[in-house]
Amino acid sequence: MATQKEVSVVGSLADLPDHANGARHLVWWGNLGFMLIEGTGFALAIAAYLYVLSHSSAWPPAGDALPDLGWSGVFTLGLLLSEIPNLWLLRQARAKKEQAVRIGILLMTVIGVGLTVIRLLEFGHLNVRWSADGYGSMVWLLMVLHTTHVFTELGETAVQALWLFTHEVGDNQFSDVEDTANYWTFVVLFWLPIYGLVYWMPRLS
Amino acid sequence: MRRMVSRAVWPAVLLPLPLLCGCSSTQSPLFPAGQQAANLYDLLLLMSMVCGTIYVLVLGFLVLSLVRKRRASVAPNTVVAPPDKGLRHVLVVWSGFIIAALSVLVLGSFLADRGLARMQDAEVLDVRVNGHQWWWRIAYREPGGTSWIETANELHLPIDRTTRIQLVSGDVIHSFWVPNLAGKTDVVPGRNNSLDLTPRKTGWFRGQCAEYCGLQHAHMALDVKVDTAGEFAAWIARQKETAHPPTGDAVASRGLALIETGTCGLCHTIRGTAAQGRAGPDLTHIASRHSLAAGSLPMSRGALQGWIAQPQAVKPGTLMPFIPLEPADLNAIAHYLEQRQ
Amino acid sequence: MTFALQSNEPKTSERHARLAQTWADAPGIWGFLTTVDHKRIAARYILTTVVLLFAAGMLALHMRLQLSFPELKVLGPQGYNEAFSLHGSTMLFLVSVPVMEAMGIWLVPLMLGQRALAFPRLAAFSFWLYVGGVMTLWVSHALDITPDLGWFEYPPLSGSAYSPGHRADIWAQMITFTEVAALAASVNMVATILKMRPPGMTLARMPLFLWAMLVASLMTIFAMPAVMLVTSMLISDRLVSTVFFAPTQGGDILLFQHLFWFFGHPEVYMIFIPAVGFITAIVETFSRRTIVGHTAMVLSVVAIGVLAFGLWVHHMFAVGLPKLGNSFFTAASLAIALPAGIQVFCWIATIWSGRPQFYTPFLWVIGFIITFVMGGLSGVMTASAPLDLQLTDTYFVVAHFHYVLVGGAIFPLLGAFCYWYPKATGRMMSERWGWASFLLIVGGFNLGFFPMHILGLMGMPRRVYTYDPSLGWSTLNMVATLGSAIAVLGGLIFVANAFLSLWRGAPAGPDPWGGSTLEWAASSPPPQHNFDYTPVVNSIAPLWSEDPLRMLDGVGVSRREVLVSSLAEAHPEYRQKSAQPSIWPLLAAIAVSIMFIGSIFTPWAVVWGSLPIAGALTAWFWPQRPRSKTGPLRVRV
Ligand code: HEA
Ligand code: HEA
Ligand code: HEC
Ligand code: CUA
Ligand SMILES: [Cu+2]
Repeated sequence: MATQKEVSVVGSLADLPDHANGARHLVWWGNLGFMLIEGTGFALAIAAYLYVLSHSSAWPPAGDALPDLGWSGVFTLGLLLSEIPNLWLLRQARAKKEQAVRIGILLMTVIGVGLTVIRLLEFGHLNVRWSADGYGSMVWLLMVLHTTHVFTELGETAVQALWLFTHEVGDNQFSDVEDTANYWTFVVLFWLPIYGLVYWMPRLS
Repeated sequence: MRRMVSRAVWPAVLLPLPLLCGCSSTQSPLFPAGQQAANLYDLLLLMSMVCGTIYVLVLGFLVLSLVRKRRASVAPNTVVAPPDKGLRHVLVVWSGFIIAALSVLVLGSFLADRGLARMQDAEVLDVRVNGHQWWWRIAYREPGGTSWIETANELHLPIDRTTRIQLVSGDVIHSFWVPNLAGKTDVVPGRNNSLDLTPRKTGWFRGQCAEYCGLQHAHMALDVKVDTAGEFAAWIARQKETAHPPTGDAVASRGLALIETGTCGLCHTIRGTAAQGRAGPDLTHIASRHSLAAGSLPMSRGALQGWIAQPQAVKPGTLMPFIPLEPADLNAIAHYLEQRQ
Repeated sequence: MTFALQSNEPKTSERHARLAQTWADAPGIWGFLTTVDHKRIAARYILTTVVLLFAAGMLALHMRLQLSFPELKVLGPQGYNEAFSLHGSTMLFLVSVPVMEAMGIWLVPLMLGQRALAFPRLAAFSFWLYVGGVMTLWVSHALDITPDLGWFEYPPLSGSAYSPGHRADIWAQMITFTEVAALAASVNMVATILKMRPPGMTLARMPLFLWAMLVASLMTIFAMPAVMLVTSMLISDRLVSTVFFAPTQGGDILLFQHLFWFFGHPEVYMIFIPAVGFITAIVETFSRRTIVGHTAMVLSVVAIGVLAFGLWVHHMFAVGLPKLGNSFFTAASLAIALPAGIQVFCWIATIWSGRPQFYTPFLWVIGFIITFVMGGLSGVMTASAPLDLQLTDTYFVVAHFHYVLVGGAIFPLLGAFCYWYPKATGRMMSERWGWASFLLIVGGFNLGFFPMHILGLMGMPRRVYTYDPSLGWSTLNMVATLGSAIAVLGGLIFVANAFLSLWRGAPAGPDPWGGSTLEWAASSPPPQHNFDYTPVVNSIAPLWSEDPLRMLDGVGVSRREVLVSSLAEAHPEYRQKSAQPSIWPLLAAIAVSIMFIGSIFTPWAVVWGSLPIAGALTAWFWPQRPRSKTGPLRVRV
C-alpha cells in the first residue's frame, strides 16, 4: 500500500528574517529550560532544608553559632545593586548597541569577580562546619548550590566579554548577551529565598 | 462476625491457585490469622473483584472491536476524525463507571485504614523488636514489672489480645512482616514505629524482613507462635528464668566455660553466666527456639553444631565470624547450648 | 510545481544535491565523532539501549535460574544482589528512559517536517554523556565493583558505614551522568516541539506523539533535579562526611526516600507517556482513522503528567508516615486510573470504529492492551495504602512493575520499532518472524510474570537470593523462569529479524503503511536534511487529505537553516542558523566524565575537573565571526 503523496510548492519563506530576539529566539527557550531545571533544583533544596528544619527540635541546634550578617549583607546588597547595570546591559543588547554592550559586559565581569571574592569571605563566616550536624549540611548545601551558579555565570560573562572585545558583534551575539543578562537576574532572584533561609530563618526560630 | 461470614460466602477467587500448587500457608496474607490481616484480606478481595471485573470488561471490548463485522459502506480509505456520537456517549458512561469504581476502592481503603487505627485503643502488651543485619532482637516488658526479657528471632503472642510491637533498628532499614497477622511496617533508624497485632488463631507462623538490608536479607526470618493465654504465661515465665550452671555434666560445664572465657561471650549473652556480649542474639533459651540464625536452619543439635562450626557456610556474610574450635570444644559448646531450653 | 514524492525523484534534483552537500557529515571516523545529525545520534542511542536491554535481560535470566528451585547455588548472595541491582539500574536509567528520548530525537524533527533539532550539538553531547554513564556502570561491573544495593539505594545501607568501597558511589555517579544527558535531551525536545512546528501545525493539530514527548520532557525537567540532588547529597555524605541522612546527627533518613521518589514516580510516566504516543500513532495508522477523542487523549496525557508529581509517597506507605497523608496519596494514585482508563477506551474505540489491519506493529498494540491494563490494575491495588502494607516489597510489586514496564513501555517500543523500521532503513521487516517473536514474547512474558502476583500473595519478598523449600514457592518460580526464557527467545528472534531484514527485507518506499504524519513524506531512509522543502500542515493527518501536500521554499539550501515558528499558532517567525558538526560536544562530554568519575575518589576533582569542562564549553559555543575592526581590541592590520 505504499502510497505516493503528491507534493506542491506553494510559496517561499525566503523573506523571513534570519534572526530574532527575546522570546522569539530559539536559544531563549533553551536558556529558559535550563533555568527551569536549576530553579527546580533550588526549590527542592529549599524544601529539603525546611524538611530537616521541621524535624529538628532547635534550629540551629544547641551549640551551633549563627552565621554572621556582615559579608553576607554586603554580598546581598552588591548582588541586588548589580541588577542595575545588568538591566541596563539587557536594554543595550536589545537595542543592539555594540559599544555599550561591550562596556556593560566588562562591567558585569568586574562585578562578578568582586561578588565572588565577597562570597568566599562569606563562607568563612557561616560559623558551622558542613559535617557538624544536619543544620550545617543544609546550610552548606544551599550556599554551595548558589555559589556554583555565581561561578558559572562569572565564567560565561568573562568569556563573552573576551569574545565581544575581539570580534565583530552580530545579531546572535546580542541575543547571547540578553540570555546572559536574564540568567544573571535568575541568579539574583534565587539568592533572596536562600539568603532568608540561611541568615534569617535561624534567627527567627 | 460479619467478616467471617462474608469470607465464607464470597467466592475466594484467589484461594484455589495457591492451594493447587500445594504451597504452605504459614507466611501468606491469603490465610489471615489475625484481626489486622483479616481486614486487609477483605480489602484484597474487594479490590480483586473490582479490578477483575474491569479487566474482563476491557478485554471484552477489545475482542469485540477486533472481530466485529464492518459494514462494507465504510469509506475504503483513511478517515480523519469523524465525530461519532455513540462512542462519545459510551466514553462518558465509561468515565462515570471508572469514577464510581474508584470511589468504592478509596472508600474501602479508607475504612480498612480506620479499622487498623482503631485497634490501637485495645489492651496492649509491650514488645520491642530490634532489627539487626540479619536477625531480630526481641524484648518483652516483664508483666507487671519494668525490666525487659530478651530473646531473638522468635516472637510469642497471646491469642485475642493486642500486642503493640515497638520497632527499632540497630543499623539499617528493615521491615517487619508477618503476613498472616498484619501488613508490614518498616524498621527505620531514628524513627519509632509501632505495629499492633491481634492474633485470632493459634499456631506457628513465619515472618520475614521485607526491606532489602544487605547481603543476607534473604535469611532474616522470624518465627511467630500464637499461644493460648496459659501457654503464653508459661512461656514468658520460662524465658524469664536465668541459666543455672549445669550440674553433674562435665561436658556441659566445659561448654559453658568455653563460652564464658572464649570469644562467644564477647558477643552473646546467657543470662546468669559471665557471657554478657550484646553483638549477637541472646542465647539464654536458644534450644527452646524453632529455628536457628533467623530461620536459616531448623533447630536441632546437629544444626547448632554445624552453625557454630561454619556460620559462614550456612549463611555467607553473616556477622557471626568463623571461630576455629577443636572438635571436642565444639561438641561441648553444642552440648551445653542444646540444654538451654 | 507539482510532482510525486518518491524515494528517488528528489535525489536527482539539483536542490536536493545541494542540500545533501550542505548537511553532509565529514567522511569516516571524524564524521562519526563530530556528527550532529539527529538521526545518526538517535540510531546509536537506540542501538546502545538494545545492547543493554539484552545484557540486562541476560542478568534477569541468571536471576531466574537461581530462583527456579529453592536453595540453588547458581548465584551466591553477592552475585544475586549485584544482578538485580545492575538489572534494575540498567533497565530504568540506561534503557527505558534513554530509549524513549532517543525515539524522540529521531522522530520529532521528521514529524515536524524539520531538518534538525533545535540544538543539534546538545543532542550529541547528551548521547556522549549517556555513553559515559553506561561505561561507568558496566566497566565497573567488569572490574567487579558492581553496585549491589538495588536500583534505589536507601541510606543508611548505602552510607559509608554499611557500604564501604565504591559500589554505591558508582551507582550514584551513573545516575548523575544519565540525568544530565536526559535533561539536555529534554530541553532540546521541548524547544523543538514548541518553537519549530511547521506552518499550520497549531497546538490543536499536533499529533499525539508530539504531545507525549512534550509532556514527558517537561516531566523530566521537573523531576530529574530531585534525583541529582539526592545522589549528590549521598555522595557528599559518603565522601566529605556531611550528615544529610544521619539521624543521630540531625539528618533524616526518609529525606532520601522523599527526594528519590519525587523523581522516581514521575520517572515511570516519563517512560510510559512516550509509549502512549507510539500506541496512538500505530492505532491510527492500522485502524485507518484518526484517534477517537483526540482532545480527551491530550488532556489525559497532560493530566497524568501533572498528577504524577503528587504520588511519590505511594512508594513509602510502609515507612510509618501519618495515616491521613497516606489516604491522600491513595486517592491521588487512584485518580490516575481515570485518565489511563480514558486512554485505553480511546484506543479500543478507534479500533472499533476503524478497520484494523493485523500487521506486526498492530499486534503489539493488542499485546500492550492485554498486558498493560493488568499492570495498571495491580498498580491500583498497591495504591491502596492499607493493602499495600501486604503487597509492598513482595513479588506482587515485581509483577506490577514488569507488567507496566514491559507491557506498557517495551511492547509499545517493539511495536514502534517495527512501525518506523521501514522509514529508518528503507526495508520492511518480515511479517512471519514478526508474528513469531510477538507470540513468544507476549506469551512467554505473561506465563512468566503472572505467577509472580501469586508468589507475592504467598508471601515471597522481593530481592531474596533464595528461599526455603518449605514455603512452597518452587512450582511457580519454575514456571516464572520458563516463561521468561520463552520471552527472551522471542526477543532474540525479534533482533534477528531486525538484523536480517536490513538485507533481506522488501524495499519499503516512503510510506509503506499509509501513515498520516509528516515523517512519511520523507524518503526512506530520510536524507540527512530530511526534507527538500518545508511542509505546510492544515490538518492533524496531513498525509490523509486528498490534496497534494503543500510545501514552502526559502529555508536555506547552501547554509544549514531551520524554521522557527510561533508558540501556539506556528506562524513562521524567522530562519535560524543550525549548528555545524563539531568535535566539542564529545570533548565536553569526556571532560564532564572525567570530573564525575574523579569526584568518586576526591572532592577536589570537582574543582580541577571543571577547568577542562569550561575550556570545552567555551570552544563549543565560541561564535565563528570575523575579528573586530572597531573597539579597543580591534585587529590592527
Ligand atoms: C511504566 C511504568 C509504570 C506505570 C505506567 C505504572 C503505573 C501505575 N503504578 Fe506503578 N510502579 C512502577 C512502574 C509503573 N507504574 C515501578 C517501576 C514500580 C516499582 C518501583 C520499585 O519499588 O522498584 C512501581 C510501583 C508502584 C507502587 C508502589 C508499590 C510498592 O512498592 O509497594 C504503586 C503504589 O501505589 C504503584 C501504583 C501505580 C498506579 C496506580 C499506576 C497507574 O498509573 C495505572 C493506571 C492504569 C490503569 C488503572 C489501567 C487502565 C485503566 C482502566 C482500565 C480504567 C478502570 C480502572 C479502575 C477503575 C481501577 N506503582
Ligand atoms: C524496563 C525495565 C525492565 C525490563 C524490560 C525487565 C525485564 C525482565 N526482568 Fe526485571 N526488573 C526491573 C526492570 C525491568 N525488568 C526493575 C526496575 C527491577 C527492580 C530491581 C531492584 O529491585 O532494584 C527488576 C527486577 C526483576 C526481578 C526481581 C529481582 C528481585 O527482586 O529479587 C526479576 C526476577 O525474576 C526480574 C526478571 C526479569 C525478566 C525475566 C525480564 C525479561 O527478561 C522479560 C522478557 C524480555 C522481554 C520482554 C524483552 C525482549 C526483548 C529483547 C531481548 C530485545 C529486543 C528489543 C529491541 C530490538 C528494541 N526483574
Ligand atoms: C563477633 C560476634 C560473635 C561471636 C564472637 C560469636 N557470635 Fe554467635 N552470633 C553472632 C551474630 C551477629 C549472630 C546472628 C547471626 C545471624 O543470624 O545472621 C549469632 C548467632 C548465633 C547463634 C544463633 C542464634 C539464634 O538466635 O538463632 C548461635 C547459637 C551462636 N551465635 C553461637 C555462638 C557461639 C557458640 C560462639 C562462640 C564459639 C559465637 N556464637 C560467637 C555474633 C557472634
Ligand atoms: Cu532486614 Cu531485609
Ligand atoms: Cu509510583
